[in-house]
Amino acid sequence: MRGITSWGAYLPYRRLDRTQISAFIGQGGGRGTRTVASFDEDTTTMGVEASRLALRGSDTVPEAVLFSTVMPAYADKTNATTIHAALRLPGSVPAFDMGSSVRSAAGALRLGLLSTGSRLVVTADQRTGLAGSADESAGGDAAAALLLGDGDSVVADYLGGASATDEFLDRWRQPGEIRSKVWDDKFSEVTYVALGRSAYADALAATGLAADAIDAVVVAAPTTRIGSALASKLGAARVVADLTDVVGATGAAQPSVLLINALENAEPGQTIALVVLGDGAEVFIFRTTPALATYRPAKPIAEQLEGGAPLAYGRFLSWRGMINVEPPRRPEPARPSGTAAARSKDWKFGFVGSRDSVDGTVFMPPSRVSFDGTRTDQMEPAPMADVKGTIATFTVDRLAYSPSPPIVFAVVDFDGGGRLPIELTDTDADEVQIGGRVEMTFRRLFTADGIHNYFWKGKLIRG
Amino acid sequence: MASHGIRDRVAIVGMGCTPFIENWPKSLDDLMIDASNDAFASAGVTKDDVDAYWFGTAQSGMSGIPLARALQLQNKPVTRVENYCATGSEALRQASYAVASGAYDLVMVVGAEKVKDTGYQGLNAFPIPNDGTARTLTAAAMFSMIVPAYGNKYGVDDATMRSVLTHIAAKNHYNGARNSRAQFRKEITAEQIEKAPKMAGTLGVFDCAGVADGSAAAIVCRAEDAYKYTDKPIFVKALSFVAGNGSGLIDPSYDYTTFPEIAACAIDAYAQAGVTNARTEVAMAEVHDCFTPTELVLMEDLQFSARGTAWQDVLDGVFDLKGELPVNPDGGLKSFGHPVGASGLRMMFEAFLQLRGEAPEERTIDSLAAGRKLALTHNLGGYPGEMVSFISLLGAEKD
Repeated sequence: MRGITSWGAYLPYRRLDRTQISAFIGQGGGRGTRTVASFDEDTTTMGVEASRLALRGSDTVPEAVLFSTVMPAYADKTNATTIHAALRLPGSVPAFDMGSSVRSAAGALRLGLLSTGSRLVVTADQRTGLAGSADESAGGDAAAALLLGDGDSVVADYLGGASATDEFLDRWRQPGEIRSKVWDDKFSEVTYVALGRSAYADALAATGLAADAIDAVVVAAPTTRIGSALASKLGAARVVADLTDVVGATGAAQPSVLLINALENAEPGQTIALVVLGDGAEVFIFRTTPALATYRPAKPIAEQLEGGAPLAYGRFLSWRGMINVEPPRRPEPARPSGTAAARSKDWKFGFVGSRDSVDGTVFMPPSRVSFDGTRTDQMEPAPMADVKGTIATFTVDRLAYSPSPPIVFAVVDFDGGGRLPIELTDTDADEVQIGGRVEMTFRRLFTADGIHNYFWKGKLIRG
Repeated sequence: MASHGIRDRVAIVGMGCTPFIENWPKSLDDLMIDASNDAFASAGVTKDDVDAYWFGTAQSGMSGIPLARALQLQNKPVTRVENYCATGSEALRQASYAVASGAYDLVMVVGAEKVKDTGYQGLNAFPIPNDGTARTLTAAAMFSMIVPAYGNKYGVDDATMRSVLTHIAAKNHYNGARNSRAQFRKEITAEQIEKAPKMAGTLGVFDCAGVADGSAAAIVCRAEDAYKYTDKPIFVKALSFVAGNGSGLIDPSYDYTTFPEIAACAIDAYAQAGVTNARTEVAMAEVHDCFTPTELVLMEDLQFSARGTAWQDVLDGVFDLKGELPVNPDGGLKSFGHPVGASGLRMMFEAFLQLRGEAPEERTIDSLAAGRKLALTHNLGGYPGEMVSFISLLGAEKD
């Protein structure tokens, strides 16, 4: 038995009410909300967060990491290695980026399922377009990580699937551009419905299942309209909602996000089909196992949907680079040093301090010398990324450089020892108070000379 | 701490100080030349009489060459010194030790900073290549964290804390209004202070020191030679320095209501000078009022007030110009701004004037006439939890 052993879906904290769009720009918009990655998030950081959630529910160390997004933070440089570093995986675990299309995300899942051993399949996307565009309104930002493996820990057994590959113009984007363009959505619909039906029939044949044996079908499609057009023709008992009214179409992340949403609402013994439409169609059929009954996702999608806070459309535009906002009159940060970052990889990417093996003092960043200066190199690693903390004191800096001022900043005392003065994110200035609880999140502090400066920030634990 | 100190072994026999302003027309060289010439004249010496030079600047120049070139020094040793915002003080400390060692008879210290050529607000440090994980907060934000911490610990409500900080700001601007070298020469009302735009935390514009260009200089010789140069030498009683190990940033027991580096530095300085009760023995203090809450906490770390009581002493006017122990009678960083390399020497310049009875009448303090004999200058650099501290004690008489 091979399939999914654990998962994590990550929805960023901010939500854009689509009715704000037409009120502001005179066109576009619509109903419902979409998720918005913060100014300090990108597909890599969201991928890290989703992966942390997936691995929190498992003791498994993945034997390979496959990462796919339409909007990679880097070209030429691998993004999966950043995720690999943040997860503190051994160097012997390979990490690869897979392409820059929704199809590649489905491909990562396909390859993961076809191989043996544990695989972490990470997908993430930021979907936006020009102000007032359909993509801006209908898109959403999210990440998802599926841990694949074999044996009794499988909660969703992969029964089989099928592919239909085709070359035609649906969506396209030159690398580096912020927006995709679309040919003719009616042409896309007709083409995708045909491809989807063909692959779906092949998948049923491959698994020996009748159409009515499928309890739920999930369709990840470029638009709700295309997805609905196909889903209604597949004959499944139930079509799982595509979350576009509260999340948006999340591109490369969407197949896994929707599958996770289906799994989080499923009972053991149910058959679930995932159809991914993107330059063809990919169909995956799973059956949930008895192990699902005891599996607890680290942070279910429903819980994340209840969280979230509204974001003004103007700020959304500034975060996406559509509006340039006057920065504080302070120097922009210098690019981080590649060599210094390499030396402090465990700290910078893994948030690993050091713990004095004699007196237990925690150092963040790590230190070679004890607190009293008497001992050198008697330290052990202190992984702090999953340790929560309490705000000892705080401030709001209205003058310091930030891509989105002001900076909310707190001195955080970590449970079990260790203190770090650190920036808080996804936190409004009037929310922070002494005694508030904080968890850590992997973020992109700024970008200088094309180098993304990744590090950790604190984030309020609410509720 | 085990420092022997050099009490009464060296003396300052001449000083100079430029106005501290946003000095667009003057270059770093201009500022150093002006301060140096004033100091030479003050001591009645020429640059050739001076055996060695110390040049304090945080980031307006590297090496001793900027000073040597500006003054056209001929084959003189010039040492460039940097130690954060205590740079000017540290330059004088090193120069004083060189004299005390017997290596030189007569030395000069020049501190200078050209801050306003950056085009940015506030002070901005040169970026040193790093891994990108260091915090990037402004100093204002780091020091603003003292306010809620102090209020919580000592049960001082927000409104009272605000009044205390306002008193400190108003006092220093009151003093600066009486100083021709200060950048800001207007008294500021409590209402103006409290309605000013917020910069960080609860700190408004008037809770923050200004930024300025400036230079100050001092000439130092062995104490026994001092009267060759002036009738009114100022003797160095103590020079103390502590470089913090940054423990406050990572130690959960640090509570942002004190600066341990400064408390330790004060103990050492008072021991060097033989001071047993700072509150009653110190006549005046020039302290590092980079932000109003900094000055509040310093009153306790310098032992002027018992722990948890400085806020009351501030409100009672203890540290006002005509108070029991005037603090920042020249107007402080609040009125002067902070050309980093020069500030420590600017503080000593005020001590030099007051101890010699040369401060203008409207700024003359009463505590010296009342029999107190010591002036204290204090510089800090860095942030709560991670700072350097300098303290000097100076007096017009040898013990």
